[in-house]
Amino acid sequence: MRARFILAATAGIALAMPVLAQTGASADFQKFRDVMEEDNPAELFEARGEAYWKTPSGPKHASLEQCDLGLGPGVVAGAYVQMPRYFADVDKVMDAESRVVHCMVTLQGLTYEAVTRQPFSNQSGTPAHVNVVTYVAGQSRNMPIAVPQRHPKEREMYQIGKEIFNFRAGPYDFACATCHGTDGKRIRMQDLPNLTRPEGAIKAVQGWPGYRMTGGLMLTSQWRMNDCFRQQRFPEPKYLSDTVTAILTYQAVNAKGQIYRGPGIKR
Amino acid sequence: MIRSKIPLRTLAVLASPALLLPVAAADDYRDYRAEAMAMVKRDFQAKGIAGLDRLEQDGVQAVCNRTGNHPPADVVRRLEQDQMASVRFPADGKLMGDWKEGEKLAQNGRGFTWTDKPGLPVGGNCYNCHQISPKEGSYGTVGPSLYLFGKKRGYGEDIQKYVYSKIYNAKAYNLCSEMPRFGYIGALQEQQIRHLVALLLDPESPVNQ
Amino acid sequence: MADPMKIRAALQGDVVEVRVLMAHEMETGTRKDASGKVIPAHFIQTVSATHNGNTVFSAHWGPAIAKNPFLQFKFKGGSKGDKVQITWTDNQGDKRTDEATIS
Repeated sequence: MRARFILAATAGIALAMPVLAQTGASADFQKFRDVMEEDNPAELFEARGEAYWKTPSGPKHASLEQCDLGLGPGVVAGAYVQMPRYFADVDKVMDAESRVVHCMVTLQGLTYEAVTRQPFSNQSGTPAHVNVVTYVAGQSRNMPIAVPQRHPKEREMYQIGKEIFNFRAGPYDFACATCHGTDGKRIRMQDLPNLTRPEGAIKAVQGWPGYRMTGGLMLTSQWRMNDCFRQQRFPEPKYLSDTVTAILTYQAVNAKGQIYRGPGIKR
Repeated sequence: MIRSKIPLRTLAVLASPALLLPVAAADDYRDYRAEAMAMVKRDFQAKGIAGLDRLEQDGVQAVCNRTGNHPPADVVRRLEQDQMASVRFPADGKLMGDWKEGEKLAQNGRGFTWTDKPGLPVGGNCYNCHQISPKEGSYGTVGPSLYLFGKKRGYGEDIQKYVYSKIYNAKAYNLCSEMPRFGYIGALQEQQIRHLVALLLDPESPVNQ
Repeated sequence: MADPMKIRAALQGDVVEVRVLMAHEMETGTRKDASGKVIPAHFIQTVSATHNGNTVFSAHWGPAIAKNPFLQFKFKGGSKGDKVQITWTDNQGDKRTDEATIS
């Protein structure tokens, strides 16, 4: 319980400081999340993902234990905080979710269409690849973000991601940067992290995959980007598309050195 | 719908030499913006009311995108004039509606996403970004506070015209403003904008208490 | 077959604090699916915990408990290395027992 009391005390101090009065409600939300994170149902999905990873299945009756997440076949620890990254076998940059789906197709013999038929969790269930991504993310808990920028295609993804981040279009003239390009802004009571700086960018990486208490759904970064574009009044980005990888690369590289605390919990 | 309304002069400015990118000396110069646009064109699909036409930039968007939202001053001046010319004031000259209706519109943030139904009305989205009535504590801070707007600036016809045209087309005053062009794109109708003007400028509105 | 629970049991002074995450739909029986059909109720009805054969906690639950429930309770008399067993049963006759070692 001690940890909870310390968190509560910290939030109390923030509330008492007049300069931070405006962020009082945000501090309360943060306190709530901190308490919930200690016993996050996301762990149940991590456990399912781990079981899937280690259990043979699919037409080839294979597990995912030979899946290369960038650190060599079967190495899961630390892989999530080093993605998106370049993978030579496909000659492209992939985010964690794209890579997990790739492994399910190549190792287990499933078709891409079958794996991605239901991309996101919904009331009818949690897709296997979402459990696996949650497991992979949990294996990078408390590690610093270290997304590589060595390969030319990794640097190219970053630059293109930056352009897409700043691209204004649609009926409301919105870009990602409209809401996420400056410090200290809010939509209603929701804090808007500045994704161009490390302390802000980690907030976009942090907490995903996340367990949403409303509906009890486990949701990934791919889902988060999809819903951002919806709110931007854009059409829909295709699942696992380069555009989403580019945006994820941009924010993860910007979050370099910040500590990833593992799968999160959301209202 | 809206993309056909790009003023001719905007297109002329786009083609003018002022906006051509300087050619970098380095051999490895790459136009990442062009690559990003090509990628976006490949990777999006229409969903619900959100069609692929939304990825086509209009003149103002293109100019702001190309200049990091800081176009040269002469371009800004000409394009702001174009945007101002797009503002259609009510034919009867009446600019003030009912602030209570304005408050409802200001609260409503719905409209134009692929999960929204087609057609009007849509919300004004005002509280998403602005403090307005002191009774609403859940307000955004992307835009400036509008609390006491009329009390501070007066209630005359000039300020009514300013507010009406600002809501109609915010780009007429600040070319790369973050605020949507609610009247210009056909999101808010004449009567709705009147209600919002009243929310800010009716002396009885809670905004001015 | 239901997924395993996540159980943590830690001795603090003379009190054991037990925290349990359960994977369960906790369907209320009042919701409808996309085709308008009522989704049958499916929720945990009883939860109990034993330590050295003694019941140290028991509860009756209903459909108002959230999906994937979290439970936390404390009891006295446990020592490090002892086992704590948790069992739940639901209204469709499904049952699950898991255990954890007190740390």
